[in-house]
Amino acid sequence: MPWPDQTRYLGKATPRIDGPAKVTGRAKFTADVAPPGVLYGAIIRSPWPAAHVRSVSLAQVLAAPGIKAALPAQEGAFDVQFYGQELAAVAGVSRQAVLDALPLAVIDAEPRDFVVNELDAIKPDAPRVAPDRPNLGEGQTKDTGDVDAAFASAAAVVEATLSTQIEIHHPMEPHGHTVAWDGDEMTAWSSSQGVFGMRGAFASQLGLSQNNVRVICEYMGGGFGSKFSPGFEGVICARLARAAGAPVKLMLTRFEQALAMGNRPSSFQKIKLAADAGGKLTAFQLESFGTTGASTGISSAGGSGGASFPAPYIYPAPTTRVKQGTVAVNAGPSCPFRAPGHPVASFGMESMLDDLAVKLGLDPLEIRLKNDPFEIRRREYELGAVRFGWKQKYHAPGATPGPVKVGIGCAGAAWMSGGKGTQAELQVNPDGTVEVRVGTQDLGTGSRTVVQVVAAEMLGLDPNFISVRIGDTRFPPSGASGGSTTTASVAPAIHDACANAIAELKQLTKIDDPRGPNWREACRQLGSTPLQVRGKWHEGLSTGGAGGVQFAEVAVDTETGFVQIRKILVVQDCGTVVNKLTCESQINGGVIMGIGYALYEQRVMDARTGVVLNPNLETYKLPGAADTPDIEILLLDMPERGVIGVGEPCTIPTASAIANAVANAIGVRVPSLPITPDKVLAALGQIPAGAQASLSPHLESGLAALAASPGVPAGEFTDGGCHA
Amino acid sequence: MVLSPRVMHSDFTRDGSPAPGVTSDAHQRGISRRAFIRGLGTSVVGAAAIGAGNVAQGLAEANAEPVQGPGAVPVTFTLNGESRTFRLEPRLTLLEVLRNHAGLTGAKESCDRATCGACTVLWNGEPVYACSMLAIEAEGAEIVTIEGLAQESRLTALQQSLIDHDGLQCGYCSPGMLMTLAALLRKNPHPTEAEVRQACAGNLCRCGSYPRIFAAAVAAGGGSPAQKLTVLSPSAHALA
Repeated sequence: MPWPDQTRYLGKATPRIDGPAKVTGRAKFTADVAPPGVLYGAIIRSPWPAAHVRSVSLAQVLAAPGIKAALPAQEGAFDVQFYGQELAAVAGVSRQAVLDALPLAVIDAEPRDFVVNELDAIKPDAPRVAPDRPNLGEGQTKDTGDVDAAFASAAAVVEATLSTQIEIHHPMEPHGHTVAWDGDEMTAWSSSQGVFGMRGAFASQLGLSQNNVRVICEYMGGGFGSKFSPGFEGVICARLARAAGAPVKLMLTRFEQALAMGNRPSSFQKIKLAADAGGKLTAFQLESFGTTGASTGISSAGGSGGASFPAPYIYPAPTTRVKQGTVAVNAGPSCPFRAPGHPVASFGMESMLDDLAVKLGLDPLEIRLKNDPFEIRRREYELGAVRFGWKQKYHAPGATPGPVKVGIGCAGAAWMSGGKGTQAELQVNPDGTVEVRVGTQDLGTGSRTVVQVVAAEMLGLDPNFISVRIGDTRFPPSGASGGSTTTASVAPAIHDACANAIAELKQLTKIDDPRGPNWREACRQLGSTPLQVRGKWHEGLSTGGAGGVQFAEVAVDTETGFVQIRKILVVQDCGTVVNKLTCESQINGGVIMGIGYALYEQRVMDARTGVVLNPNLETYKLPGAADTPDIEILLLDMPERGVIGVGEPCTIPTASAIANAVANAIGVRVPSLPITPDKVLAALGQIPAGAQASLSPHLESGLAALAASPGVPAGEFTDGGCHA
Repeated sequence: MVLSPRVMHSDFTRDGSPAPGVTSDAHQRGISRRAFIRGLGTSVVGAAAIGAGNVAQGLAEANAEPVQGPGAVPVTFTLNGESRTFRLEPRLTLLEVLRNHAGLTGAKESCDRATCGACTVLWNGEPVYACSMLAIEAEGAEIVTIEGLAQESRLTALQQSLIDHDGLQCGYCSPGMLMTLAALLRKNPHPTEAEVRQACAGNLCRCGSYPRIFAAAVAAGGGSPAQKLTVLSPSAHALA
């Protein structure tokens, strides 16, 4: 059974099923759960960016009033590799009791030399983050064709070194867990992007069987890729609860979020790009490295949170020479962050493509249409250009008169998305109500509402007849919410369960079509026993391979360097639209997160002390209400493709489009994210460019060393499946 | 219960003005956490090493005033229309007391330093950051949390509008955002989008729901927010 052509709920605007709970404070997030006798947990973190810890003594902590458990992070001696690494954890009767006891821990440690910034870490004499390895790994290679010959014969070649920053997830709800034990069985209320994945990790790390672990996540306050694993904090929370013989709640603080809860890897990208006179790409060369923090070595692209990224991004070149490395620094490790690798890749490639177009005297839109192999995205560029008024607005770089320069830019995205194995359970009650159970979770994307919309559509029922239970490993399994796969995984499973329910009801009641008006009568005939059916994801109802393009209009004050975004236009394909309301919200969110990446957000490390300098939300700048521009969205309804997730593609091209708009406005490129006023003024030559990363002498030598290393062949680079 | 006669400043309202209702006697008795820490001054590091009891003693000597705590003291304030008395350590924030002592977990902890607004509650009608107020400051005040917004479990027009316009995603910022907007609508029943933006400048939303929050607040005030989403049918985009 395919998706229906005529719909009552699918593709309409259905308010969130959990809206009332969320606007009244009834929605219980992890920190709101309070089992009787729950203790407060906290982690003691390293004040040293690098150290050898000889011992952790918690005897005085344990003797303090109200303290019920205290555990070292590791048994025996161990090494610390970043400021904020876990040393120990404590549980007590109140936050105050724990805060009073934390200073009583005695840590015997020998501080060591450290290096926290990428360009310091690649110096030959830099302290080594891992004693047995150089900080800069060998790098992955991907070479095709004779790139040197192609550069030699090209009509135009552009070359530049660009950089992107470390971005921190900062979900509004910090990471955390509440764990309670009942004998050998544990229940974790976790802020989780994947309850089943967390169950598996809890079981393996605590030596438990999986059927003794239950993970619950009824509501969670955002994750953006950082909440797949229980983390140190989850496992130690469970161990503290076991040691104390009482439930423990361990929610991290905003400070800890900035130190140790993941981030998007940085990048330094030296790109050389060539085209023929008509603008068709002929050669692409890249040397890049970024940091994933204290971990080093080879990282793969895609969902891993590694420092490599798909290259060349979206627009293929017949000849390529790619070398991507990772540099270790004494800082908190990275992890997947909304569209891992893609915004990083997009910024480099889209920037160079614009510069190449300018050099060839081509319209940046034309060079994209000429080189983009993905038909849907080309159409999105065309449709968007008309709506945006591209032809009317485009001008030569820097051509606006006066000190406030206006500019426009565009960029595209590719994302694999797609769906996979979810199972669901439907309980049809004799009174006609339906309860759907599925072990997915709602990160704020509206997946709970998706379940309701699909069931209402398939059964022909008012949504009020359908209750939805999610976020519990006692429900049928579903995968983690990552890779923009949730809707495409869950919707087909609900579809299947509903189809099975209809078939069973038909057989039981002999009512030919038990849906809609016949539903109550069919259910009444069940007598006193509810009907329980299951369904599972199968091919044909969802696909992957989302595109998406964005257009940006900015005004740049060349006297202050301030960038104001006037307009963002999104053109996004998402297959079958499931719910217009939540889809629109998710796209708005992707754009706004992209604005943060473009203009504001950056983790700043202090080279001399090794600490994070902006571990809070007043100095780490998240976009706020005043930073939100006019955002307009064109959504391409493509029912023949089935359901496709959009959570990630919609955040990929935002920063690139803004960066290109800034370059178009001021006539020079700001080669580094975030585009802060100082960088704008430096690019305009109005202040010295001393702090510009691309001017560091170490950068060129590091890139040269990387280029000269033999490297190892890269695995498949993620390209979103959108071009062959 | 004066902790320090020097403490007059109150920086916890959205626009920087003193918290309402605490300008006179009540304010003199009140003390923000930030001011409390400033009052400790440079002695804070040394004091932490010798324990909380000595901090109190040190303060007492420094100020030559009687000092509250460190043990629990009675505090009475009106919470969602009901008079409540708690016995509280003076160092407890209003947010901790709401969440852990009053069982009202709607107000959220997120930044814990008066930046993000997830903990916003109404204090004598004005939005304040509950994470950065001491609970003892609330003596005699009227506090309203998200749980007290809907009367007799009927959603307010603002709450319903937030649902209808999808002015939320994960929902973690929503209680604070709603309290800020509720205060705005009481003062300005028909706000423009610019006025809504101004009002919620102190509330962060990492999901990026701002455009729909603006739309919801404008609509709750009787305005008509612009439609920003266009779904192009297969015939309109002519792909396939």
